[in-house]
Amino acid sequence: MSDGAAGVLAAGSLARREVVRFLRQPGRIIGALATPVLFWFLLGSGLGRSFNVEGVGEGGYLEYAFAGALAMVVLFTAIFSTITVIEDRREGFLQGVLASPAPRASVVAGKIVGATVLAVVQAGLLLILAPVTGVRVSVGGIVHALAVLTAMAGGLSGLGLVAAWWAESVQGYHAVMNLVMMPMWLLSGAVFPASGASGWMRAVMAVNPLTYGVAELRSALGASREALTAAGAPGAFSSWVMMIVFAAVMIAAGERLAGRRPGA
Amino acid sequence: MRPTPAVSVQGIGHEYGSRMALTDLTFDVAPGEFVALLGPNGCGKTTLFRILATLMRPTRGRASVLGADVGADPGAVRRRIGVTFQSPSLDGRLSVRENLMHHGHLYGLRGRELSARIDAGLEGVQLHDRSGDRVDQLSGGMRRRVEIAKSLLHEPDVLLMDEPSTGLDPAARRSLADLLAGLRRERGLTCLMTTHLMDEAEVCDRVAILDRGRLAALDAPSALKACVGGEVVTVQAEDAGGVAARIREEFGLAPQETDRGLCIADPRGHALAARLAERFGDQIRSITVSRPSLEDVFLRLTGRRFEGSGDMGG
Repeated sequence: MSDGAAGVLAAGSLARREVVRFLRQPGRIIGALATPVLFWFLLGSGLGRSFNVEGVGEGGYLEYAFAGALAMVVLFTAIFSTITVIEDRREGFLQGVLASPAPRASVVAGKIVGATVLAVVQAGLLLILAPVTGVRVSVGGIVHALAVLTAMAGGLSGLGLVAAWWAESVQGYHAVMNLVMMPMWLLSGAVFPASGASGWMRAVMAVNPLTYGVAELRSALGASREALTAAGAPGAFSSWVMMIVFAAVMIAAGERLAGRRPGA
Repeated sequence: MRPTPAVSVQGIGHEYGSRMALTDLTFDVAPGEFVALLGPNGCGKTTLFRILATLMRPTRGRASVLGADVGADPGAVRRRIGVTFQSPSLDGRLSVRENLMHHGHLYGLRGRELSARIDAGLEGVQLHDRSGDRVDQLSGGMRRRVEIAKSLLHEPDVLLMDEPSTGLDPAARRSLADLLAGLRRERGLTCLMTTHLMDEAEVCDRVAILDRGRLAALDAPSALKACVGGEVVTVQAEDAGGVAARIREEFGLAPQETDRGLCIADPRGHALAARLAERFGDQIRSITVSRPSLEDVFLRLTGRRFEGSGDMGG
């Protein structure tokens, strides 16, 4: 078997393991799916009635917040899936992988692909629920949304992997990542549009990689370009460039880190 | 020309911060040889194990496996070694078979060949009827046997084992010894194992005794025992300290206090035992004369008793 084929076999096996482990922990499935549905419902129906949020478009706030809920599923699932790196290290599984001839790049790729698949499938399940809740999405829109979700998940799981590789404990990782994830989600256009935000917030939103994913998700879910521009969202081209650059940088950082630091 | 050693350690030194774990360690293991690294907890054997398994770089020195340097060419080393970790490197949420499948994939094995190897491997550790069980539902001893099957699945030339018999009952220990002996006969397997169990070390070709990061001795068990010489008298007494002091005073000997009792190596142990029994009679619970064990060797070489009863490696 060539080195390349062996690397793909190893990465595929690691990715598959991530999915199998996930499916054998029902708590994780429920948590990952119920949290965003709950957030979306509470935020959407609560905020939408109490405040008149400007720039949310014709569909009303519930529809606006749907893209935000999808972004949340991807954010939480992709990042927390990489927590398995810490568990693997603690349980001793990782040392067996690192003592094997599987290239480090395969180990990292396996983790990232596994986390990405889990994140996209779960966000996809929420997407299927969309019509039930009154959000109409075309077939093209679904394909578009899945592409955006995949790009976002790739970058976010890379970010999670880098953090997990350094983290000493699951608790520490949770604390740090919550500190990163909540502002990242709140300041991405998921909850309120940039058009209504203050100057410094808009600056933070502009450098937040999640902002670009959320904008493209809203576009996939049927928001018109005019409505997006009016809400202060970035354009399609810059969104894709930013998502791909973010993913590439994070995955490369993961590869570098795993190659240098033994991590077991 | 001598054949390439299976494992070669040249001047390895390692420190954690300012704590020295290994000091200038040098030895070779010949192909097909079984060598035990014997030492108490914290003697540096697990550090050496991790260096040879390519999981850690030594601060100083070089190590190689079948000619491949562990630092410069870890990939080549990893292809040739099998590693049995002290805490099993298994995924508890996967079944026994799934764990082995995954391990095979990491080594480029798949399909029917992998499946056949898994069947044979599980047969070898008497777990063929448990292949569908989830690993976290197995007992500690069974997990260890899965770990052993896993480390042999890709048919390594050199097997590194860290405390392989932790958690194994005597029957499982014997069958592990048989399994390894068979692999050595069939395809010249080399094995380097860390252990704190004297009887496990005793069946190896050579024993390396590690004491506080240094190599105290490396020789065949029989040669090591011969260097203690003669016989060992072991005295058990209620007041071990008091009896030891009197033996020192009255007999001019230096008894060493161990878990087993007071040990005195003497060329004519049985005669000494008779004299001691006569002198201390009622203060002594028992007195035995035996051929020296590796424990006595350790005591002689390091001047310290061997405290290897715990299960943690050092």
